[in-house]
Amino acid sequence: MNLLIFIIQLLLVTAISPLCTGIIKKIKAHLQNRHGASVFQPYYDIWKLLHKDEVISKDASFIFRLAPFIIFAVTVFVGFSIPLFTSFSNIFQVSNILVIIYTLAIGTFFLALAGLDSGSPMGGFGSSREMTVSALAEGGFIFSLLTVSLINHSTDLFTIASANLFNFSQPFLPIILAFSGFLIVLLAETARFPFDNPATHLELTMIHESMILEYSGKRLALMEWAASNKLVIFIALGTNLFFPLGLASEATLVAILIGLLAFVIKIIIFSVAIASLESSLAKFRFFRLPDLLLSALIINAVAIALIF
Amino acid sequence: MLAFIISPAGFLIIPTLFIIGGLGSLFFKQNDHLANLWISTIAMLASLWGLFFSLLFILFGQELVFSFAPTSFPLLSLSFHIDLLAGFFVFIISLISIFCSLYGLGYLTHFYKKYNIAVFGFFFNFFLGSLFLVVTASNAVFFLIAWEIMSVASYFMVVYDRHDKNNIKAGLLYLIMTYVGTAFIILAFLLLYKYTNSFEFAEIKNQLVLVPNYIKDLVFVFTLIGFGTKAGIIPLHIWLPDAHPAAPTQVSAIMSGVMIKSGIYMMIRLFMDILQPIPLWWGVTILVIGIISSLLGVLYALTEHDIKRLLAYHSIENIGIILLGLGSALIFYTLNLPELALLGLIAALFHTVNHAIFKSLLFLSAGSVINAMHTRNMEEYGGLIKYMPQTALFFLIGSMAISALPPFNGFFSEWLIFQTLFQGITELNSVWHLLFIVAVGSLALTGGLALACFVKAFGAIFLARPRSVEVLHAKESPLSMRLAMGGLSLMAIIFGLFSGTVIIILEKVSTSLTAFSAITSPLSVSASQKITIIPDFGTVSAPIIFITLGALVLIILFLVKSVIYKKQTVKIGRTWDCGSDLDSRMEITATGFARSIVVIFKGILKPSLQQKVEYHDADSRFLQKSRTVTMQMGDVYYTYFYNPLYKIVNGLSLRVRKIQNGNINAYISYIFGALIVALFSVL
Repeated sequence: MNLLIFIIQLLLVTAISPLCTGIIKKIKAHLQNRHGASVFQPYYDIWKLLHKDEVISKDASFIFRLAPFIIFAVTVFVGFSIPLFTSFSNIFQVSNILVIIYTLAIGTFFLALAGLDSGSPMGGFGSSREMTVSALAEGGFIFSLLTVSLINHSTDLFTIASANLFNFSQPFLPIILAFSGFLIVLLAETARFPFDNPATHLELTMIHESMILEYSGKRLALMEWAASNKLVIFIALGTNLFFPLGLASEATLVAILIGLLAFVIKIIIFSVAIASLESSLAKFRFFRLPDLLLSALIINAVAIALIF
Repeated sequence: MLAFIISPAGFLIIPTLFIIGGLGSLFFKQNDHLANLWISTIAMLASLWGLFFSLLFILFGQELVFSFAPTSFPLLSLSFHIDLLAGFFVFIISLISIFCSLYGLGYLTHFYKKYNIAVFGFFFNFFLGSLFLVVTASNAVFFLIAWEIMSVASYFMVVYDRHDKNNIKAGLLYLIMTYVGTAFIILAFLLLYKYTNSFEFAEIKNQLVLVPNYIKDLVFVFTLIGFGTKAGIIPLHIWLPDAHPAAPTQVSAIMSGVMIKSGIYMMIRLFMDILQPIPLWWGVTILVIGIISSLLGVLYALTEHDIKRLLAYHSIENIGIILLGLGSALIFYTLNLPELALLGLIAALFHTVNHAIFKSLLFLSAGSVINAMHTRNMEEYGGLIKYMPQTALFFLIGSMAISALPPFNGFFSEWLIFQTLFQGITELNSVWHLLFIVAVGSLALTGGLALACFVKAFGAIFLARPRSVEVLHAKESPLSMRLAMGGLSLMAIIFGLFSGTVIIILEKVSTSLTAFSAITSPLSVSASQKITIIPDFGTVSAPIIFITLGALVLIILFLVKSVIYKKQTVKIGRTWDCGSDLDSRMEITATGFARSIVVIFKGILKPSLQQKVEYHDADSRFLQKSRTVTMQMGDVYYTYFYNPLYKIVNGLSLRVRKIQNGNINAYISYIFGALIVALFSVL
């Protein structure tokens, strides 16, 4: 049983993330009166890309070649380090909030470097924007996770998730405030509306897509996959830290099945929410984004001040 | 043998070697190569001995007190007091000097025939030697002498490259600021002498009850200004971004990595040890200075495109981060939470050694680039990763360490500082708790901006296409320089990987201070380097992060490369160029990269944009001949602090000048007046 939990914890995020992207795309298509591709389309895309030849720019260095592997590894690493479907499957004991945040920053670091590496102006500006957004989002990110940490007197994500189980005695307002701050950070970090438009290419406003513009084949597959992983990671953090319902607290088959089911349901709920948000919002002008990000920081600071 | 190394004689070998190195180098005035060989070898030997001494001392020693009292000056005694704290700083100094001296072996060659290497060697050795004395001296007068040698020797190295006028200017500013600082330090020690009747640190500490509280507050303000100037806290930092880049690279590295830490060392020594107990507002002041310095330091770094100035501003930022740890330690200690104070001090010390490592690594790799490119302007680099791959790798490691990315050393000290600040939020109440929330916010923002800044720096220097023809001629640096950078990179990894062991040692160092002698540590470290904040507030384990992340990258690399679709072919093509010819002017520049952040923080940075257009025909204004855009940052400190101060001082001087009218009769009447006043005050 423990081995089973280990394997599920290890691979769950990676396995389920393309589905999550697929669901969001499907819902958005429906909201735009289109049929849309199957929810499994992202899997086919990744499979297809993995079997294609590649073109690499002659200006690019080993950073460009290595970055997709590092970025993908980072998302897999963070993916199995956070609470997903149980509150005890802390397999490598690296679930400290700061470890998670700064490990994700490794991914951002290499993504931005890869964007600069090929010397394309698009990539460069994408990197510049990405670093601006992520630098400002980091404060809100740390603060929102810190709020739940301080409520539970631990900076360990699994402790937070387990202490929270079926427990509504906690201060309600700080959690809601921190969650809304976290939501803004989620949209910023996963390159969603109103920060970025994940559906367009070659638009001057885009951030994430312009950094990976030069990639093709296997490396593009890894980049796309890593982006979906990151989305699932943020969804898992958002649900399991702020509303840890349905997490398995013991190693029985029933509890785990419930936990997995709850996880899938949470992802679907979040996907619906993100898809409808994206369909109802316009992308913000770039220099309006800092207002949003700094208000996330301030909301979270208020949340922390309210705890005590 | 062991007893000898950690005896007074064992310690005195270090300064003796440096004196031999310094004086000896003057004999090699005729031969640059021999002079270089001599100074670098002796400096390396002395630092290596220092490293042995400090390591053994920290592991086995307790305290080393000895003095030589020359009788002709009753107030000056060459007395040393080496406790574990001093030993730890000796360790930092020696560790960095070894690599910097090694680096000099290759780096100094481009000064051959241009400047006198022997003279450089003289100052270099005395500079290093004085650093060792500064942290071990226990008599205020002796300390000030060592402090002066350090300042003067470093001044001469700042102006070493004297054909550049900017260096002379930077040197002058450095000299002025450092003397203003020293004046305040002298004042502080004189005040203490007035009440305790001693210049010996130990004696001052024992007699502290005799010092009235307002004098103690005054001493705090004076020493904060004095040592803060050396440490480069904002707004006393203005000399730092000018002086550090002006010096030869290995000296910049030592100044940024080690010399500014002497200010931190004296702050710890005074506020945590000698002047205890201290009022709450001291700690609060230091914490606030930490918040301001870290945030503003990184913002100014972002605006820079001079590679060494950028790094110098990051030193200000990191001093701020160290002060966040030290400030919270002082606050906790005063509020009777000694365990947390210990945590804060350990965090501050850990960040001190880490910053020394990665900052000197970054300076050395920057110097390696400058050596090949002959300019410090990052806009003229680009694509250097293909010409200097090893330097690029070392700079990458340094960048990741300073941006606090795991598993490098910077992450673990920043983790500890974060945890200290978190504890402040939970344990304190009312206003102080809000202060700690602000501190966490600023540290988080600082971390994010530092990451952006190093993406900018690495990208502009090493990635994309060359932006000038110079790049095409760039060659990898000589072996000694690469060895020095490689050694420091290895240190950045080791201090991260074995962060647990480092913390155990730092615990020993901190608890050797009387303030913490009976305090149980709030940290526990397991055999596998896992660090835990008791009781279970947070854990981090470097080897697990390192191994799992490393293994994952390798596994994914193997799976994707060799299991899935092995027949894949990789074609090398051109970057997609929309059908035009991409040239290097179409890449993003360092200035462009940071521009959006600069615009967002325009309230603080005050960027200005000037456009000047020249027309072929000034009347019709249709055809433009040339167009110049000047981008500048407003200097808030000069505009609002230094210039008004200068005006006041200058105005006062002009007034005072009136009494000096050149009339001898008037002077005699002054003397007469002074005599009368003196007589009356005596009677």
